[in-house]
Amino acid sequence: MTAGVDLGPQAQAIRSDEDVVRVRQLVRGVAVAVKLSLVDQTKVVTAASELARNTLVYGGGGSVEVTTVDNGRRRGVRIVFADSGPGIPDLDLAFTDGYTTGSGMGLGLSGARRLVDEFEIETSAETGTRITVTKWSR
Amino acid sequence: MERVPILKIGDILLVSIQLDMSDQTAVALQEDLAERIVVTGCHGVIIDITALDIVDSFVGRMLSTIASISKVLDAETVVVGMRPAVAITLVELGLSLNGIRTALNVERGMELIAAARADELEYQLDDDPDAETATP
Repeated sequence: MTAGVDLGPQAQAIRSDEDVVRVRQLVRGVAVAVKLSLVDQTKVVTAASELARNTLVYGGGGSVEVTTVDNGRRRGVRIVFADSGPGIPDLDLAFTDGYTTGSGMGLGLSGARRLVDEFEIETSAETGTRITVTKWSR
Repeated sequence: MERVPILKIGDILLVSIQLDMSDQTAVALQEDLAERIVVTGCHGVIIDITALDIVDSFVGRMLSTIASISKVLDAETVVVGMRPAVAITLVELGLSLNGIRTALNVERGMELIAAARADELEYQLDDDPDAETATP
């Protein structure tokens, strides 16, 4: 496999609406660099948009880190969202389509999970919420 | 905050979203559009999303809300120009865009609005017995 452009980790604070837009642009740039298909780029950017908004609205702001990953066969994009908000008390409920404590449609978490290949979440009232998602090239 | 321009073309308001909108910009568009429908008395709204890379749940909800608001204000909304990758992603995300009419491009969107308008006028005329002789 030929070595592509290796982008180091790129970080972005999430403090405002405008930062959510910046997260989308950052993720798109990395998704293009690792040569995801157009549909996969669209999926991962959409998932990132949902999760960045959650970080802002429910986590009270936080940060995101975008990195390229390589498992020897495929390349991909990994995104880590972290906030030090109140955590998610009932994860099962939070992953239910249509459930929301805010003013959204309740599709953010569950929808974002469907759009990526790997999805991990750690959440607690003490440490806040950390979500890691990965999308691999086909 | 950036604002999305709204153009008036005949009886139709045309909104072509050309930027990656922040949530605030999306909410402002909703309000600006409601205002313009009332001020202009237009009966159709076309929202062109050809330039949008993604439609997430926030923008999806904004489109649904605009369609509902314009319905109440006696205007039809048609969303045009959705990219195939956006459509695939929307469905997987679980967003159904309830109550939104879509067309492939602006031209078909205008036809759709004209047809919906004609149906409605005919219906109103049918209701009014005096109008029957006036119908060609």
